[in-house]
This record gives sequence, C-alpha cells and structure tokens, in this order.
Amino acid sequence: MPHGTFAKFILPSLTAMFLFIALPIVSIIYQSFFIEHEQIMITVEACDPFRCVEEVRIDAEAMIALREEQPAGRFNGLATYTDSAHLAFSEIQRIWSSSPDAWAALDRIFELPFYRALVFTLAYTFIVTPASIGLGFLVALAVNRIPQFFRGAVVYFSLLPMIVPSLLGSLILFWMIDARGIIGSFLQALFNDPELSVKADPVLTWITLFAYGTWSSTPFVFIIFFAALQTVPRDTLEASMVDGASRLDRVRFVVIPHLAPVATFLLVVSIMDNFRVFEAIIGFSAQAHASSLSSLIFNDLRSGEIPLFGSAAATSIMTIFCIGLLMTPSIRRSWTAFQTKT
Amino acid sequence: MAAQMERAPLSLKLLALGFVLVWVFTAAFPFIWTVWGSFKVQADFFSYADWTDALDGPTTRAQTGSAFTLDAYRGVWIDNEFWRPGLNTLIVTFSVTAISLTFGTLGGYALARSGYRYAFWVLIAALIFRAMPGVTLVSGYLLPFFELNLWGRLPTAIIVLVALNQPFTLWLLHAFFLSIPRDLDESAMVDGCTRFQAFRLAIIPVMWPGVITAGIFSFLTGYNDFVISAAILSEDNQTMIPRIAAFLGSVQLRGQIMYAVAATVSVILPLIFLVLFFQKRIVSGLTAGAVKG
Repeated sequence: MPHGTFAKFILPSLTAMFLFIALPIVSIIYQSFFIEHEQIMITVEACDPFRCVEEVRIDAEAMIALREEQPAGRFNGLATYTDSAHLAFSEIQRIWSSSPDAWAALDRIFELPFYRALVFTLAYTFIVTPASIGLGFLVALAVNRIPQFFRGAVVYFSLLPMIVPSLLGSLILFWMIDARGIIGSFLQALFNDPELSVKADPVLTWITLFAYGTWSSTPFVFIIFFAALQTVPRDTLEASMVDGASRLDRVRFVVIPHLAPVATFLLVVSIMDNFRVFEAIIGFSAQAHASSLSSLIFNDLRSGEIPLFGSAAATSIMTIFCIGLLMTPSIRRSWTAFQTKT
Repeated sequence: MAAQMERAPLSLKLLALGFVLVWVFTAAFPFIWTVWGSFKVQADFFSYADWTDALDGPTTRAQTGSAFTLDAYRGVWIDNEFWRPGLNTLIVTFSVTAISLTFGTLGGYALARSGYRYAFWVLIAALIFRAMPGVTLVSGYLLPFFELNLWGRLPTAIIVLVALNQPFTLWLLHAFFLSIPRDLDESAMVDGCTRFQAFRLAIIPVMWPGVITAGIFSFLTGYNDFVISAAILSEDNQTMIPRIAAFLGSVQLRGQIMYAVAATVSVILPLIFLVLFFQKRIVSGLTAGAVKG
C-alpha cells in the first residue's frame, strides 16, 4: 500500500489518538510542573447596625483575573513530585531519623498518601494477577473435562463477572457482604460474632477487594486458557502416552509448555488491567482503608472547589512511569521479535 | 487411542464437574441474587431478622400485597429521573460504537495491508496507549476543555472514549483483516478499483464478523465507562454509571438503597442479554491474537 493511501486510511484513527492520548500526555507533563494559585485574600470591612468588623475574604475577582492570566497555575518545578502528597522526601527523612527501627519507619512511611496508594496498588496487582491466572487455569482444565453439552452454559455464566462494569460488580458484592446481606449474615453466623463487619476492618477490606479482583479477572484468564487448550497438539499427547506419561505428567510436560506463551500474554494484560484498580474502591466504599494510584488521581481532580490539576498530573506521570517499568519486558520482546523478522 | 485418552477415571470426572459447578455458582449467584432482590423492599433484601426474607419477601408482601414489587424501579426511573442518564448513555454508547468502528475499520485495514515499518510502530504505540489507565489522562483534558468551553458536553466524552478505544479496536480489526486474503482486494484493484473502492466493494461485504466483534467491545467501552464520564461530563449530562456512583450517598442517607439496587440491575440486565446473544463473538474477540501467542 502506498504511503499516501496508508496515511489517508489511518488518519482519523491516528488523529483521535494523537489529540486525546499523545497530546494529553505532554499536557500532563507540563501541568505537573505547576500548582494551583495561592488564594488572594482581601480585608473588607463588614458592618452590621451595631458595629463594623474587619474580615479576611478570598478576593474572587482577583482570583478570576489571575487564573485567566496564568491558567496552568504557579510554576512549581519538580516540587510537586517531592511534596508531602507524593514522594514526600522531607517527611521520609524525618520519619527515618525519628523512628526506633526500620520496621517502625516503614510502617509510618506506608501511611503517607502516595506510598499507601502504591503499596495497595502493587499488592492488588501481585496478588490478584497470580490468583486469577491460577484459578482461571484450573477452571479451564476442569471445563475441558466436562461434556461438550455444558460448556456453552459455563462460558456464558463465566463471562458475567467480567463484562459487568467494575463499579456495579463491586456494588453487588458490597451489598451481599453488608451485615444485613446474605454473605455478611452468613459470616456472622459462621464466626458466631454478631458484630462482625467486613467493611469496618482494614484487613478484611483488603481481602474483600482482592477476592473481588480475582472474581472479576478470572473469567478472562479462563476463556483464553480454554481456547488455547483446544489447540494442544493431540499427536504430542498421544506420543507422551505411548511413552508412559501419567495424566499429571502430560499436563506438566505437554499442556503447560504449550500454554506458556499464552500465559505470558495473560500475565502482561492482567498486570496492566489490575494496576489500574479503582472502581472497586468506590464500589466497596473502601476509601478509608484502601486507595490506589488511580483513586488518588481521581480524588485530586474531584477535591473541593478547585481541582488539584498539578497534583493529579504528578501522580499520573508516576503511574505511567510504573506501567512503563512493568511493561518493559514485553515491549522489549516484541522489539526483538520484530528485529529478527526484518 | 483418542478414545482411551478421553476415558478419564470417574473420580477425576466428578472432581472436574464439582469444581466447575462451584465456579459457575460463584460467577453467577451474585447476579441472580441481586436481580431477584431488586423486586423486594429494603427490609427484605437487607434483612436484620433472617436472610431468607430476601427469598420469600414477607415484608414486601405486607407492604405491597405481592411478593414482588416494582417500587424501586418506579422510584429510580420516574421519581429520580434515571431515564435522563439512560438516554445519555444510549447516545454515548451508540456514537462511540459507530465512530470507533468507522475509524477502526479504515485504520485496521491500512495496518493489515501496509508492509512498512511504521505500521509496526503505530501498533506498538497503540499497545502502550492501551496500557495507560484512562484516569491518568484526565488531568490533561480538563484544563484545555475548560478553556475551550468543551467540558461537560456529551460530544466531548464521546470523542475521548473513541480515542481511548482506538488502540484495542485497531489491534482487533488489524488481526481480523490479516485473515482476509489479500487477493480479494488486489484483484478488485486489478479490475480498476481505487484502493478505497476495493475496500468498500470487496472488503466491507466480508468484514462483518470482525466488525460485529469490535462493535461489541466498543459498545462495552461506552456503556461501562465510569472514570472518563464521571470526570468529563457535567451533572445534567451524566451517563448511568457515574450517576449511580453519585446517587449512592444520597439514597443511603434517605434509606432508599433499593433505588441504587434497581438502578444497578437496570444497567446490568442489557449486558446479561448482550452476552446471551453475542457470546461466540465476545469469546472470539477476547481470544483474537492471544492464543497465537
């Protein structure tokens, strides 16, 4: 296809991606160097029939004028990245020098907003990803053993947790784990503790979020593995049986190696998807006990009257950086594959 | 030999069947439970006394004279005007799907037919864009949108969702077009068609299966999105999912949590039917490219 024709065909798609993905990345890098304006205060005299008092108020007109003049805010350089809401260098220094030992220090560092979100996001990613891949693999193996007749129904019901928006999926489970809901009252009966509340306890909240994550990501893993299982070469399986391989040996030496490339693909996609965990935190109303990088960004954009663009942008840049780190191996692999091809 | 391979011991068969049953129950039960419960009053669905109240609904019967009630649906769709966000969702979803497919088929076709190195780079860029959480881009949108007076409007959200959906659509359709033989459009061009005519006359008639699959995923992007719509749309232009999120606090205060339950079920039901009709297409879309490794 000639260059000109290619350009014409790809133009709409490329323009959309350029304007709303590439350009905004530049915009957030720029934005992250600025912070919101300081409030301009004026002293006004407020009089009632009895006396006059001096009041300090925000000068709304001057603020509007200032915002028109410098819409991005005040230049702050890299200071937003290191302030207490982000990397918190000075807080860490203070905590480090005032804590009795490293564990106590780490404990306090993980209470800082950015590190708290980072720890939860990483914990979620690295617990939910292997859990859903393991569970999905087992479901796929099991479904492969049941009669053909039932498989359609199993796939149908399996798709539901994945297709339903995260926020609503988590809400549904949230209502069920409510102390008055079916799972909540079941747990109370199980542990014989009428006060038991999954929502009030930070550890239980984390476990609930991980369980929800596994529930909603397993279907995807299952479907991919199940499709891949249909392509396992029968000849190799038969040959291994002739050689006397047991059922377990066949899974270990034929099926698993055949599925390895698919598993790598699933690993990359699941890490990407789990790293953006956000809606579940809202759905479970878990903000008090858990926050993720995405929810941190969202909160900044929604904070009070003035959105904290600079703060959100700095967190966004660091999130993109983390995603880049996590994706490097797979990009490098496709680059090598491409180079060997050309 | 093949028959011998299928002959698994009975214990293993039962174990597999049991495991599958547990999984299907885990996957489906929450939906069945909530759909059923949405036709009860709050005192039954969230019962202090006995969880079985949600099944037979004694309070629902006492209050409304029947074991099932549409009160929650009436409350949310009519009293709380949920039809407004419903209508907005319809507009957003339809537009996102239509525009995504138009852009995606053209781009995917070009990527599949171009042998040049830059086609590879477009695909890699799309892969990286696909990896970025949408919320990280939002702060980049808001300021320019405020300045240009674009914030809060439906078309803005639509075009942003189209853009965010392009990477996946391009990958899916490019993989699909690779499977359509080149001879088809090349012979049309030998017969005197331009490239676009060849695309229109030779490719479009055979591309429907791929387009339907890509369309389902574009539909899901528009319909399921929370982050972008919540940040970009003003309150009176909201779609259903951000509306439910905004709704939660207020209905909880008024003790009308059943409104939120009914709203949630209203959003989920169309999806349950979508999966019913398009299960094969969804699965083929999910596995496109993946299984080849």
